[in-house]
Amino acid sequence: MSIGLHKSDFANPVIRWVDSRLPIFTMMQKEYGTFPTPRNFNYFWNFGALAMINLLIMIATGIFLAMNYTAHTGMAFDSVERIMRDVNYGWLLRYAHANGASMFFIVVYIHIFRGLYYGSYKAPRELLWMLGVVIFLLMMATAFMGYVLPWGQMSFWGATVITNLFSAFPLVGETIVTWLWGGFSVDNPTLNRFYSLHYLMPFVIFGVVFLHVAALHITGSNNPLGIDPKGPQDTLPFHPYYTAKDSVGIVAYLAVFALIVFFFPNALGHPDNYIPANPLVTPPHIVPEWYFLPFYAILRAVPDKLGGVLMMFGSIAILFVLPWLDTSPVRSMRFRPLARPFFAVWVVSFFVLLWCGGKPAEEPYVTISRVAAAYYFLYFLVILPLLGRLERPLPLPESISLPVLRGGGPLPAGAMSKPMEKA
Amino acid sequence: MADSLAPTAPQHGAPQDGETRRDFLQLVAGSFAAVGVGAMVWPFINSMNPAKDVLAVSTTDVDLKPIAAGAAITVVWRGKPVFVRSRTEAEIKAARDVPMSELKDPQADQDRVKKDQWLVLIGICTHLGCIPLGQKATDERGPFGGYFCPCHGSAYDTSGRVRQGPAPLNLPVPTYAFTSDTQIRIG
Amino acid sequence: MVGFRSLKALVLGAGLVAGLGVQAPALAAGGEIHLPDTRFSFDGLFGHFDRASAQRGFQVYKEVCSSCHGMHQLSYRNLRDLGLSENEVAGIAATVQVMDGPNDEGQFVERAGRASDRFHAPFPNEKAARAANNGAYPPDLSVIAKAREGGADYLHALLVGYEEPPAGMQLGAGMHYNKYFPGHQIAMPAPLNSDGQVEFHDGTKSTIDQMARDVSQFLTWAAEPELEQRKAMGVKIILFLTVLGGLAYAVKRKVWADVH
Repeated sequence: MSIGLHKSDFANPVIRWVDSRLPIFTMMQKEYGTFPTPRNFNYFWNFGALAMINLLIMIATGIFLAMNYTAHTGMAFDSVERIMRDVNYGWLLRYAHANGASMFFIVVYIHIFRGLYYGSYKAPRELLWMLGVVIFLLMMATAFMGYVLPWGQMSFWGATVITNLFSAFPLVGETIVTWLWGGFSVDNPTLNRFYSLHYLMPFVIFGVVFLHVAALHITGSNNPLGIDPKGPQDTLPFHPYYTAKDSVGIVAYLAVFALIVFFFPNALGHPDNYIPANPLVTPPHIVPEWYFLPFYAILRAVPDKLGGVLMMFGSIAILFVLPWLDTSPVRSMRFRPLARPFFAVWVVSFFVLLWCGGKPAEEPYVTISRVAAAYYFLYFLVILPLLGRLERPLPLPESISLPVLRGGGPLPAGAMSKPMEKA
Repeated sequence: MADSLAPTAPQHGAPQDGETRRDFLQLVAGSFAAVGVGAMVWPFINSMNPAKDVLAVSTTDVDLKPIAAGAAITVVWRGKPVFVRSRTEAEIKAARDVPMSELKDPQADQDRVKKDQWLVLIGICTHLGCIPLGQKATDERGPFGGYFCPCHGSAYDTSGRVRQGPAPLNLPVPTYAFTSDTQIRIG
Repeated sequence: MVGFRSLKALVLGAGLVAGLGVQAPALAAGGEIHLPDTRFSFDGLFGHFDRASAQRGFQVYKEVCSSCHGMHQLSYRNLRDLGLSENEVAGIAATVQVMDGPNDEGQFVERAGRASDRFHAPFPNEKAARAANNGAYPPDLSVIAKAREGGADYLHALLVGYEEPPAGMQLGAGMHYNKYFPGHQIAMPAPLNSDGQVEFHDGTKSTIDQMARDVSQFLTWAAEPELEQRKAMGVKIILFLTVLGGLAYAVKRKVWADVH
């Protein structure tokens, strides 16, 4: 890049003046206007945009909730109830925020499953994928600390159990836990630091999301066929094609979100969290929020304390090395007949774990979660590395536009030729 | 690499029927979405307005018996200081004798009190919200014998009316009522 | 589109299975308890509170429950939502004494309650409540309808669920048998124990079931006072999003018309 004013192509003199000094309009135009995007996305490619919208909703509702929340063990519960009763539309802000967390995980899980199925983690998108896993980890930490803030029974005991995980580490474990608590039990200092960090983390997430998107705009998007675009005939400008398509997805997402917020606002939460925290009484049945259940099940599936903790963290850490575990050169599972059923079983094992995590730690759930957890790891550590060598993938199409043309049904020839005219 | 892939938007010739219909659709959908976003902004803004528990009318009872003539007390009502002053005959006379033409914010003393002796005011300077001096016997009361705001030098008379300085309005009178001869309820 | 369909089916199917499994976590502990389904006016998409019922429920709370259970999140002014007039609310508030102060002499004094006061608490603190109740703590009822699996259905069931323990069951000292309470042993003696226990002003016959229904209605209102506004707003928003979704899809179809 050379020194001097940017050469702006905008006609409007004001935009041009700004743009030649700070080319944000050129950048927006390049990254979201003309950005070449594979023409064959299906609706699973909406979920990145949905996650972005969801993050913004969480930050907005969170900032306004923070204006009325009091981070003190003696006042937190009542301040939340005051938000629900006395603050204008406080109930809407709180229910949107609490259920927004669930929506966020639903959206991100689908986004991750999409990446797994279509091989979006493979070269050259390894770093893009790893940044995504970082976002996922940050989200989990943020959600966990947010759940502690209402200071109900599940908040308190969730915080106690999860922070105690760190006591599993030999030698330093106890010291770490005391440090996390700022005392000898989960108490006011813990609540205060969780509040502070819960407010901070979304902005860290926002920063990593920026990197995630920046990396995406270097490599370009993957697509359902998993093959690279070979020319302009394979891509479309992001606007208006994918802005229009994302809009459809956003409205559908908002409808689901609204249905939960307005008609089933407490369906995804636990009734015990409407009981104020009591450090002397543990609820008979502690369960984390639903989105943690698969990992909670892995934790409980291992009979050893440290082993369970390591397996639980490992189940996410393994995603970081996935790009190198999967040795197949083919990205999309559409052309991997063997991998497809194995992946299907992996998805099932994930949901089985989710289901087991919500059940008491007794038979048959323990055995079921052990089998499911074993398969979870087996898929990444053994099946994917082997499949890359053993599997015979189906022949890949020559280019994106060819199967689109063939599969698109009878359309006037003129409509199709247009985008290619200038090629 | 990205550049070589750059697609071109489909070329349109003269606007056709299909295109104007698309523009119209986009306009309708866009306005609809804008209305929706606008409607969702309101709950956020409104959440910053006073909450119901804040609005729930709170009242303050003041017992006037212990206040000697010429003395004053300050009570808190809705988080604000309220001056309650037992005026002397001379102070009442001073307030009544002022011609309306000399007042920045003309208002008769009779309209500002319920009983001549008792002056009840919200003790916040109408300039920028400082609390004027004049409640304690040792306070500087300014040239008009009422209140004096030390922040920017506004002076009020014995009816709490602004007489000098940057304050634009008289000290406001809160809603209050005598619940007995020696007790008032503010609010 | 094989991949798209199969992945979609997989995600949806698995989500559904897991969702159903997660639905009822508490039921797994201590055997399955089926609550009788009580139809309440606030159920469903267009649900609203039955104000007459909730007012009767408040009377039941006031005359029966409030001797042990507080509702400290509620203020007397909230009763205006139930259709009580300003004077009625002031009258109810004035029946309790509230400790206020310190006054100018530094003393705390009792005064008659006002509409802005919180509901009167039966015990000064949890320890006092336990001491007076055989060691058990009568929970605050402000959000009890949200704090129990089953909500209003559970509250109603609990109040009508007292009966003689089955033969051979040994109850703990001071405990009572209730067929809907998890574990079946509850410290609270049957609060609603005879028809006509509360005399309703509107002439409704106060059977145990009626009182239980009314107080469940009242407690649901107390826990979710926003319910009516929430559901009414939800219906409007869903309708709006349906139209907007139609428009967005039409735009998308038009935009993509020259590509497909």
